[in-house]
Amino acid sequence: MTSRSTLLMAPALAWLTGLMVVPCALVLALAFFRRGIYGGVEYTFTLENFAQVFDPLYAGIFLNSARIAGTATLIAVVIGYAAAYAIAAAPRHRQPIYLFFAVLPFWSNYLIRTYAWIVLLNREGLVTQFLRWFGYTGEPPSMLYTEGAVIAGLVYNYLPFVILACYAPLSRLNPELAEASRDLGGSAFTTFRRIVLPLTLPGIAAGAVFVFVLSIGNFVTPALLGGGRFQMIGNLVYDQFLTANDWPFGAALSMVLIAIMMLLLTLQAFAAERASGRATVREEAV
Amino acid sequence: MTRTLLAIDRVTKNFGRIAAVDDVSLAIRENEFFALLGPSGCGKTTLLRMLAGFETPSAGKILLDGKDISAVPPNRRPVNLMFQSYALFPHMTVRANISYGLEMERLPAEKIRARVDEIMATTQLSQLADRKPEQLSGGQKQRVALARALVKRPRLLLLDEPLGALDKKLRGAMQMELKRLQHEVGITFIVVTHDQEEALVMADRMAVLKDGHLLQCDTPHEIYERPADRFVADFIGVMNFCEGSAEQYGVRAANDALIAGTLPDDLSPGSAAIAAVRPERVALSPTADIANRVSGTVEALAYHGLDLQLHIRTALTEKPFLVRVTADAANRRPVKAGDTVEIGWAAEDTRIFRN
Repeated sequence: MTSRSTLLMAPALAWLTGLMVVPCALVLALAFFRRGIYGGVEYTFTLENFAQVFDPLYAGIFLNSARIAGTATLIAVVIGYAAAYAIAAAPRHRQPIYLFFAVLPFWSNYLIRTYAWIVLLNREGLVTQFLRWFGYTGEPPSMLYTEGAVIAGLVYNYLPFVILACYAPLSRLNPELAEASRDLGGSAFTTFRRIVLPLTLPGIAAGAVFVFVLSIGNFVTPALLGGGRFQMIGNLVYDQFLTANDWPFGAALSMVLIAIMMLLLTLQAFAAERASGRATVREEAV
Repeated sequence: MTRTLLAIDRVTKNFGRIAAVDDVSLAIRENEFFALLGPSGCGKTTLLRMLAGFETPSAGKILLDGKDISAVPPNRRPVNLMFQSYALFPHMTVRANISYGLEMERLPAEKIRARVDEIMATTQLSQLADRKPEQLSGGQKQRVALARALVKRPRLLLLDEPLGALDKKLRGAMQMELKRLQHEVGITFIVVTHDQEEALVMADRMAVLKDGHLLQCDTPHEIYERPADRFVADFIGVMNFCEGSAEQYGVRAANDALIAGTLPDDLSPGSAAIAAVRPERVALSPTADIANRVSGTVEALAYHGLDLQLHIRTALTEKPFLVRVTADAANRRPVKAGDTVEIGWAAEDTRIFRN
């Protein structure tokens, strides 16, 4: 590295070191200490915190989080891919407008967007009113503070990521590839299954990993829409630090969570790397 | 005469208010190598896409073996298209690309294997079976695209600018290769090209299109020798043009010289006309019996190996007159830039068009 490029990278490196590497190292270190009797930290080395993470009670919360995040991911991928497909199939000049609308929710605050779901789903909320408008007279459906509400919130918040991630390979896909498949005798469905889907899989993988990683560590959505009844790993970490005052255990939970995320992101990066070796999605039409 | 395989019957295709193909009728014969030729935007690709099934005609019919296929979707037509971009599936090997079409027909695996092996041998791809498209050269990709379409044994193979992506030297070799293959597999080929030389070399018959209209359909020889109008004359090969007005026995040029020739039926004396002559029909120092003669100054010479191209400034035309003489002729009568020469051509070599 030349001295010039070192100089140019310095601010970014300082930022990352000060605000990412050091805090992470601190949390990592914290995970190996003992909890003080009246809260606080006792500086003696222990692996107990990690052992506790794999206690069936907490492991169950991990699994529960993974299940909720997985469901949200699946739904987001199905809806997001369909939306991206529709946008990519629209006339070229209109695609930026549709994409703009797809990412528009990002321009408002995550908390506000999640609160909006409370307005929608609560017992006398918009959904109930909508049903009443159509003549529904029974008990208002209990939608808020359910697992479904948490999943809906996660899907809603992370859908734009999937749309963007899937749109990129779909818009770059040479339309002649699908035509060639049709020409060779493939039905519309076969063409999708054997040509379009495999060639846009990297986008799906990227979007899915994004949604899953962001969902499994999420604590705002389960807190607001799950009403605290459906604890996810993020809520548990939050509780350890701010309620139970067990910082070392909270740190150990965080580390395991970060490890899971890192593993998924790395796998996805490897897969993308391998796919980019073969996916010359659009061949040059000279 | 062999029977008609494909009949294009008064086909029109409108995109909005523009007619990309306007009332075109063509009959393509069994086992013919047919070329659709025209500048970009002439409608040749739209016509091809209608034959493949990607577009439906706004009016008219497309008959294959006498049956109207205008509304049949592309995957149900015994017609295959070789795309200009080749459109090879990038995630599949050469073998998988070629097998794809037969898998769609649900043939048994061993049968697919046998037919794919056979076509890969014919197209010299056997060594490349396990390569991915990105590991192939342009010429190899082109052969895979061809093999992928041919293995389906279509009644009709459509080729969209099949040699467009290849460099010039390879193109020449592939022109002969395509002709050989077509003969070997006995499939009717329709090639779309903007390259008139390519069409002349490969096609048994060809159609010249412009702005969605069919201008002329005939053998390359007839089209070269007897172009239907000024556009075709200009588009196919090289022509010297001289504007003037029609007279009974030729065209009166701007400098008052009469270019002798025969008027076409649609032209009467007095109307605006243009006389044309191919550079290779013009001789240096013409013999006394040659009707059209003019003197000029040699401006430039270009040596092409077999022949010599001269640019000669004459009083007849504003642009220099192009003359092509064989190397032998040039040796007999050496010329250099600045020389004053006399050139001439016979009255039967003059072509006259409405202007």
